[in-house]
Amino acid sequence: MLINVNMTINGKAVSGQVEARTLLVEFIRDHQRLTGTHVGCDTTQCGCCTVHVDGKAVKSCTMLAVQATGKSVITIEGLAQADGTLHPVQEAFREHHGLQCGFCTPGMVMMGVDICRRHPNADEHTVRQELEGNICRCTGYQGIVEAIMDASAKMAGGKA
Amino acid sequence: MENFGYHTPASVADAAKLLDANEDAKLMSGGMTLLPTLKQRLAAPSDLIDLAKIPDIKGVCRDGDELVIGAMTTHAEVHENALVRELIPGLASLAGQIGDPAVRHRGTIGGSCANADPAADYPAGTLGHGATFVTNKRKIAADDFFLGLFETALEPGEIIVGVRFPIPVWSHYQKLRHPASGYAVVGVLVAQTKSGVRVAVTGAGPSAFRATAMEEALAKDFSVKAIEGITVDADDLNNDIHASAAYRAHVVTVLAKRAVAAR
Ligand SMILES: Cc1cc2nc3c(=O)[nH]c(=O)nc-3n(C[C@H](O)[C@H](O)[C@H](O)COP(=O)(O)OP(=O)(O)OC[C@H]3O[C@@H](n4cnc5c(N)ncnc54)[C@H](O)[C@@H]3O)c2cc1C
Ligand code: FES
Ligand code: FES
Repeated sequence: MLINVNMTINGKAVSGQVEARTLLVEFIRDHQRLTGTHVGCDTTQCGCCTVHVDGKAVKSCTMLAVQATGKSVITIEGLAQADGTLHPVQEAFREHHGLQCGFCTPGMVMMGVDICRRHPNADEHTVRQELEGNICRCTGYQGIVEAIMDASAKMAGGKA
Repeated sequence: MENFGYHTPASVADAAKLLDANEDAKLMSGGMTLLPTLKQRLAAPSDLIDLAKIPDIKGVCRDGDELVIGAMTTHAEVHENALVRELIPGLASLAGQIGDPAVRHRGTIGGSCANADPAADYPAGTLGHGATFVTNKRKIAADDFFLGLFETALEPGEIIVGVRFPIPVWSHYQKLRHPASGYAVVGVLVAQTKSGVRVAVTGAGPSAFRATAMEEALAKDFSVKAIEGITVDADDLNNDIHASAAYRAHVVTVLAKRAVAAR
């Protein structure tokens, strides 16, 4: 049996028919063809699939598409402005070399934005703690942590 | 995962009706334990009854000497809530140590307690404060709630609607977190309540328990020294790749001392 779902993704109203078991990440990637959101594990631990639902970072591999009905979803594709200007967190990842292969990056950036919103001027300890649920297998975190600290300071300074 | 029917009842009574009508149905709160379990095909319920649309089982309020937390209140909400921070800061801190931010945005106090994972934090939080679980059928004291490994006093068809915490004089939670999963290898909550000192331990045994010898010693003399030589019996503790039973027994005392030192 298929269920109707409708939500906004990156500000655009979308709808579709899904099975109850369809995960939000499957709806985003396979139905909406927004493949910036990644899947890196089966155990809700890696954070590659992080998106914002009603403004909060969640793991889209551990939420059903039907649970997002009526909600506002933001994915990595929705962060930059229409003219291509990057979000401060994206800009900081570029600046501080916060990525290597890039697989974890969409999740890191989405969680980074969430961290910056909740922790203005976040210190290193806070950022490392808050990245508990996002795993990178290649950069070594240093650049990622620096990028989020920098973006957090810039966003707190009203430059966002 | 296998497919299932999906329901969003608007009231606890409707959720209970759906649950009674189908013995293979399961409740879903945050889904942070349930969905990973289904993805690994460790369970295949016929129906999921999502509690998300029930309005009155979410949020925090004060009722006299108690703080009442709705079952669907997320870990992030408990961590950030002004009333919890003011009246039971030890509980706000505990909630902020669960998992990671994304898990805290979805996982709930009701789901965590119903699940009764031996390494979960809330079992120590509820037991340590002498909380009471309110279900659609009755009230259950935390002392009578956690029965064993993933086992609670909840009967089939029973739904946690909230948890009532007597406001303590003081409480503090100390956790040795597993570096990969975030769960407690050992967690200890020490509380000075109006009915005495309570010391609750999670992570160490098959289910949360009270360290009664420490409680008695602290009741006489609330100091680090008073519990220096007291250890819980390692024979009853978990022994696995993460930590031996003897190590866990040692860590229980270390964390209890740190908690008392924080007073
Ligand atoms: C990566 C990761 C890290 C984690 N780290 C920690 C940690 O450090 N510490 C910790 O304590 N936990 C941790 N958790 C678990 C997390 O706290 C879950 O949120 C919690 O265990 C389950 O809550 P839930 O609301 O998601 O419940 P669900 O997954 O929706 O449900 C869990 C079980 O409880 C039943 N249930 C749900 N609600 C009710 C209710 N109201 N009444 C009766 N039965 C109900 C369901 O049927 C199901 O069997 C982690 C989880 C993940 C994925
Ligand atoms: S894919 Fe969602 S946490 Fe790994
Ligand atoms: S940049 Fe390669 S996994 Fe993080």
